[in-house]
Amino acid sequence: MSEAAVPQGTRPKTFDVGRLGVYAVLIVASLFFLIPLWVMLMTSFKTMAEIREGQILSWPSAFTAEAWPKAWLSACTGLTCDGVRVGFWNSVSILIPSVIASIALGALTGYAMTFYRVRGANLLFAILLIGAFIPYQVFIYPMVRVFSLIGIYNSLLGIVVVHVIFGLSLMTLLFRNYFSSLPVELFNAARVDGAGFFTILRHVILPMSAPIIIVATILQVTGIWNDFILGLTFAGRDYRPMTVLLNNIVNSTQGEAAYNVDTAATILTALVPLAVYFASGRWFVRGVAAGAVKG
Amino acid sequence: MSKANAPSAASGASMRWRRQIPAAIALAPAAVIVIVIYIGAMLWTVRLSFSSSKMLPVFDFVGWQQYERLFNTERFVLSTWNIAVFGVLFIVACLIIGFLLAVFIDQNVRFEDAFRTIFLYPYAMSFIVTGLAWQWFLHPELGLQKAVRDWGFTNFTFDWIVQPNLVMYTLVIAAVWQASGLVMAILLAGLRGIDSELWKATRIDAIPTWRVYVSIILPMLRPMLVTASVLLAVGVAKLYDLVVAMTKGGPGLASEVPAKFIMDNFFERSNVGLGSAAATVLLVTVVALLSPWIYAEHLRPKGARK
Repeated sequence: MSEAAVPQGTRPKTFDVGRLGVYAVLIVASLFFLIPLWVMLMTSFKTMAEIREGQILSWPSAFTAEAWPKAWLSACTGLTCDGVRVGFWNSVSILIPSVIASIALGALTGYAMTFYRVRGANLLFAILLIGAFIPYQVFIYPMVRVFSLIGIYNSLLGIVVVHVIFGLSLMTLLFRNYFSSLPVELFNAARVDGAGFFTILRHVILPMSAPIIIVATILQVTGIWNDFILGLTFAGRDYRPMTVLLNNIVNSTQGEAAYNVDTAATILTALVPLAVYFASGRWFVRGVAAGAVKG
Repeated sequence: MSKANAPSAASGASMRWRRQIPAAIALAPAAVIVIVIYIGAMLWTVRLSFSSSKMLPVFDFVGWQQYERLFNTERFVLSTWNIAVFGVLFIVACLIIGFLLAVFIDQNVRFEDAFRTIFLYPYAMSFIVTGLAWQWFLHPELGLQKAVRDWGFTNFTFDWIVQPNLVMYTLVIAAVWQASGLVMAILLAGLRGIDSELWKATRIDAIPTWRVYVSIILPMLRPMLVTASVLLAVGVAKLYDLVVAMTKGGPGLASEVPAKFIMDNFFERSNVGLGSAAATVLLVTVVALLSPWIYAEHLRPKGARK
């Protein structure tokens, strides 16, 4: 990706009207992308009295941060008023095992598919790949039946298993593609030295896999944190992820909606993926490009 | 070791076979997932679409009855129409905006990183957050419309989110806001891969820059455009969260989409048979649209690749 750092477009000689136009377009586009975030931030720092006046774009005249602790601690869904923090911790407890398990299984599957010739492995990969494009709705009802039959419907284990199942396509694709690009001589040399399946994986392949593990982690953390439909269907009342809780808070309020609390809760829900995005920089772009089947 | 100095065909084959055992075991979880979920659950859904299942699955056989019912259900027909309109507008708009953003960023501008970060950040956020942000921004009484009117443009009207015939366009705007940065990122990587010699050559021939982009660069970016289109198309078929968060399918049924129709029939309306029929229609559509691409991109024998 190092070559990406060098722009290769037309080189301008001097500053002219055309250059000004380029910047004008980029700035107008930036406004389009920034305004919704700006509006959310401003609303979250206003009082409800000011919000009712309808100056959605303006700076708060009476700046107050009181909506934020409310959003975190006491925003209501129906009769329970515990804020989005419950959802935050639910999402964390879903996220950690799901990310680790799905990456581990993807790496293992990708490794076995790349370096060993197991019968049917290509067919397996083809079906996994096609599966990545098929909407969840096609699988979801029978899965609910099976999960409740084996007693993991509406549980933490259930939602983690679901994330591992639907993460498998993308994770296998990522690792298989990456492993295919590694020099096969390394693998062969280790095998000639008598190293077995797991020894080669642990001591030869994984130490060279840091880049793809980072990419996989970025994709899975943002993907699983942002999931709504699977959490809604499989996590049950006790493990509703933050997105589900947020939607309940904002879209099912009785009486007048507290827009400052709603916007604060929304921003809080976006913080984890945004932090990943800003911290990972170009890695995120790389992940997006590598995970061409994500969605 | 015997394998080193006794390479008889039989022992070689058995060695090779024995070496595959750990690999076969390692592939077992993936195989179980593929067989039980990717194939099993899918076939089960298809099977249920031919049953009279209401709240619980029953395994009778009623032929195409659920499909007939489905295509006579106004809500489903409307959902299909909505997703078609949404899909075309969303993909076309994302490709155009993403391409323009990539081209403008590629003009050797200052603060390139800042612009790129701003254009792509919405893609890091969930559809729920996107939907709630735009629902608030477009609020008919307190949102953008009110703000612009207060600036003195008293006739300004932008209440599409509550207009049944216009609400789908607000979903398109929100989705384009979320995803066009992705197209920008993919195409920018493509632009950076283009040989600088090409630019020198076109400058010597005095071809206008816009002409170079349209006639030379755009065709060269074809693989990236295909990747981006596929990504966006997958998002269209799965469109659910954004609708739930932003419009709840309303006003009335005006922004219903197939993915939501299916979920509602499974889990709220106790119409498992009808939901399964709709899911099967969705499955067939997606497979029909994507199979040429999947074959060309991933499954075609390696030697056949250009």
